[in-house]
Amino acid sequence: MTERKIRVLIAKPGLDGHDRGAKVIARALRDAGMEVIYTGLRQTPQMIAEAALQEDVDAVGLSILSGAHNALVPAVVDLLRENGQENVLVFAGGIIPESDIPGLKQAGVSAVYGPGTTMSEVVEAIQQAVLGTVAA
Amino acid sequence: MELTDAVLAGQRLALARLLTQVENDTPQGRAALNDLFPHTGQAHLIGVTGAPGTGKSSLVSQLVRAFRQPQESGEQVQVAVVAVDPTSPFTGGALLGDRVRMRELSGDPGVFIRSMASRGALGGLAWRTAAVVQVLDAAGFDLILIETVGAGQSEVDIARLAHSTLVVESPGAGDDIQASKAGILEIADILVVNKADRPGVDTTVRALKAMLGQAQAIAGKHLLKTSHDEAQQEHIGWEIPVMRTIATSGEGIPELAAAIREHRDYLQSSGDWQQRDQTRLQSELEALLQSTLLSRWRASVSRERYQQTLEELATRSISPLQAVERLLNN
Repeated sequence: MTERKIRVLIAKPGLDGHDRGAKVIARALRDAGMEVIYTGLRQTPQMIAEAALQEDVDAVGLSILSGAHNALVPAVVDLLRENGQENVLVFAGGIIPESDIPGLKQAGVSAVYGPGTTMSEVVEAIQQAVLGTVAA
Repeated sequence: MELTDAVLAGQRLALARLLTQVENDTPQGRAALNDLFPHTGQAHLIGVTGAPGTGKSSLVSQLVRAFRQPQESGEQVQVAVVAVDPTSPFTGGALLGDRVRMRELSGDPGVFIRSMASRGALGGLAWRTAAVVQVLDAAGFDLILIETVGAGQSEVDIARLAHSTLVVESPGAGDDIQASKAGILEIADILVVNKADRPGVDTTVRALKAMLGQAQAIAGKHLLKTSHDEAQQEHIGWEIPVMRTIATSGEGIPELAAAIREHRDYLQSSGDWQQRDQTRLQSELEALLQSTLLSRWRASVSRERYQQTLEELATRSISPLQAVERLLNN
């Protein structure tokens, strides 16, 4: 049996056109040995859930700098659950006010990463959640 | 087997999960492949290969849309796409970005897109892709497009997995065309010059046609003398077209879709479909034999012995051939 690869979907929901952060995360995850499916810009929650299902990903990262996170992020989580993918780890990043974080976590998001988050923090969180351990 | 039944019943989550099992070569994946194999053989497998930057993903996306148009009978075919991207040899990770170009396909329940990383295995990629394609075939997709980057032997191996192979070029390659084309002409059933609105397109088309003419003349002469290579013989009845497309605007796409259908009709009416299937299955068998034998061998040889042999090789006490003899003969 071959080594288990972690598959992650990095998506940009909504009308936000700033993709540098998403691409930085995507590359960091790739450099950590993960297979990263990047969706591109202007994704609806439906498109994100569809991609997550077809690609059978372990985690979904949502990058939002437009302020629409309270609407878009729970919508994605709900669709994942509807589709039978309740075990998929969902994390969010971008420009999300601290006061909104508890609400998002209640909606099912495991972590919200603001500016200044280190890549290793994100990588380790995913590895821990998916493999139960942090890779060497 | 539950997962297999769910896949045959058309459940997409089960399909996605089984594809993961198969990619990771798990016992469950292997059992499922055995169960599903009798259900394979219906789908038309279309390989799409070409250098990076030729617009393959956009082209594939447009083709899927064209194929999804209801046919005269009102029937709609189901289409799957397997998009293969390279794994970084240094990190073992991969950035799979082909879906970015296929956003117009989302929301269509008759389309399924799966991104695969090459994972760097020797010969393992061809086998894994064949296995993924088998599952999609059994799941009922009528057309399966397999998109890969054209560079090196493994892509030629993948091309052998398809009934119809498209090789995509773009204008402006100039004389660079000469260097890389030998292998491509052996595998292409249809040549596509995408980005046909760019300067240099006429030169590119002419150069490709000239090379095709030469290749077919040589193949024809060659075949009069020897008929060993059945794969080559398959090409003779089909005249390889050189088509122009602009994937971003959709120009040339209906004609390309028609040419692909024509190729399938040609394969079926000439009996080549069965011949291709056999050749294809043989390629899959060889690929699987290679990767299985290699992993069995790896499991059988101790790390120490391998390291020791490597050291002797490095100090030039033994030659590579001697090293292999030593490693293979217990």
